[in-house]
Amino acid sequence: MAKYLLLKHYRGAPAAVNDVPMDQWTPAEIEAHLRYMNDFAARLQDSGEYVDGQALAPEGAWVRYDGEGKPPVTDGPFAETKDLIAGWMIIDVDSYERAVELAGELSAAPGAGGKPIHEWLEVRPFLTAPPTVTE
Amino acid sequence: MGADAVDEGRLRDLIPGVLAALVHRGADFATAEDAVQEALIRAVETWPNRRPEDPKGWLVTTAWRCFLDLARSDTARRRRELLVSEEPPPGPAATVDETLQLYFLCAHPSLTPASAVALTLRAVGGLTTRQIAQAYLVPEATMAQRISRAKRTVSEVRLDRPGDLRTVLRVLYLVFNEGYSGDVDLAAEAIRLARQLATTTDDPEVAGLLALFLLHHARRPARTRADGSLVPLAEQDRGLWRRDLIAEGIAILQAALARDRLGEYQAQAAIAALHADAQTAEETDWVQIVEWYDELVRLTDSPVVRLNRAVAVGEADGPHAGLAALAGLDPKLPRYTASSAYLHERAGDIATAARLYVEAAAQAQNLAERNHLTLRAAALRQRLSSGGV
Repeated sequence: MAKYLLLKHYRGAPAAVNDVPMDQWTPAEIEAHLRYMNDFAARLQDSGEYVDGQALAPEGAWVRYDGEGKPPVTDGPFAETKDLIAGWMIIDVDSYERAVELAGELSAAPGAGGKPIHEWLEVRPFLTAPPTVTE
Repeated sequence: MGADAVDEGRLRDLIPGVLAALVHRGADFATAEDAVQEALIRAVETWPNRRPEDPKGWLVTTAWRCFLDLARSDTARRRRELLVSEEPPPGPAATVDETLQLYFLCAHPSLTPASAVALTLRAVGGLTTRQIAQAYLVPEATMAQRISRAKRTVSEVRLDRPGDLRTVLRVLYLVFNEGYSGDVDLAAEAIRLARQLATTTDDPEVAGLLALFLLHHARRPARTRADGSLVPLAEQDRGLWRRDLIAEGIAILQAALARDRLGEYQAQAAIAALHADAQTAEETDWVQIVEWYDELVRLTDSPVVRLNRAVAVGEADGPHAGLAALAGLDPKLPRYTASSAYLHERAGDIATAARLYVEAAAQAQNLAERNHLTLRAAALRQRLSSGGV
């Protein structure tokens, strides 16, 4: 088993095929989307492949050390130009192929018109500790 | 364990008294706390076979022995143990309530609120580190560190120093609020602790806080749908509200109010009681609720209270009065945009309301709230595009 991080972006990902912002969907479309996401997580819990998942707030700031005795510098909230992660899910699966398969399913969540969003999700493997026993 | 299984809730009720007794005998807080946990494990193991006549006495004796064992393994502690054995028995000072002092210690101002909450749950509430970690969704090792750092911080604090009851109430309030959204039932734990605190002090604000907890807790079964989404107060199925808790909360509140020492928790509980009392949302006595918010503004001068007051004014005197009350407040306040959206919706300005709901959803601090606001925005947009307003 290996862990993968699935990342969903607010900004910074290539445009989705069905690229209509959520605030322009109908209530029924939003409900269908939320149900799909909940069902997806529940199914992975049943299969023992779910580790954790969280949604993130849309604002973020870059922060940097600014020298001895000074407070850290930030670029302030609501910077408009950078990538922003909307949420993440960690899965623990048998293979890279399985991780890609699941990310594909997640990307098929329904959006405007009840059609799949086809959004781009990022799949990143976790670095793991070296094995205790090497052969 | 069979029919004689130890009632864990009642066992946990004994913890603060036992812990306070050890600290009064001269045990340092951190070791005493470990010793009490050890004694509890032994109680759970042995009581089903032979329950002591005096459970608290049994726990104090066992915990004290555990403490001596722990102390003996450490030369520095051995010295302290000798000192203690030479000390005269505690004098009249010991008549002050030890349990209350333990609450004060765990809510000590030198601790951050997060540490105070963790230490209270562990030392007064008797929850295990694992249970507390689960409630806060952090790894057990993280919570163990947080608790042991908190113990070190208060290790030099003498238990006989008078504490600030307001800080204690604040800590319980934080515990309760956490439980409102979390998986492990910290709300029930906060209620249990508030009940216990109410037996050790007669401050009407303690009663006010307990009443507030009970009245909020009573509405919990109606507050979320099976999928975790939020149900606004006006749309809740009032048949699901716990009438027993409402009756108890109101009785406690009335007794507290009769003592004529109003505080913010009593005023908050009075508002919750007025909501709980209405058979339907339409019957809510908003005029009285606004009056209680006026009291709360006087007591706390909190901008958040002023914001909630503006929403209540909107219900009592109409949305335009509500928007006027909102006008003087800082738009950066939490829930300002959501409140403004709601009042604009009620005033019939659907386009502005839809725009503000989208904005509020982007600022929402939890997922259930964000989904709720997004759905409202979508519903209003649908009405706009279909031409009906």
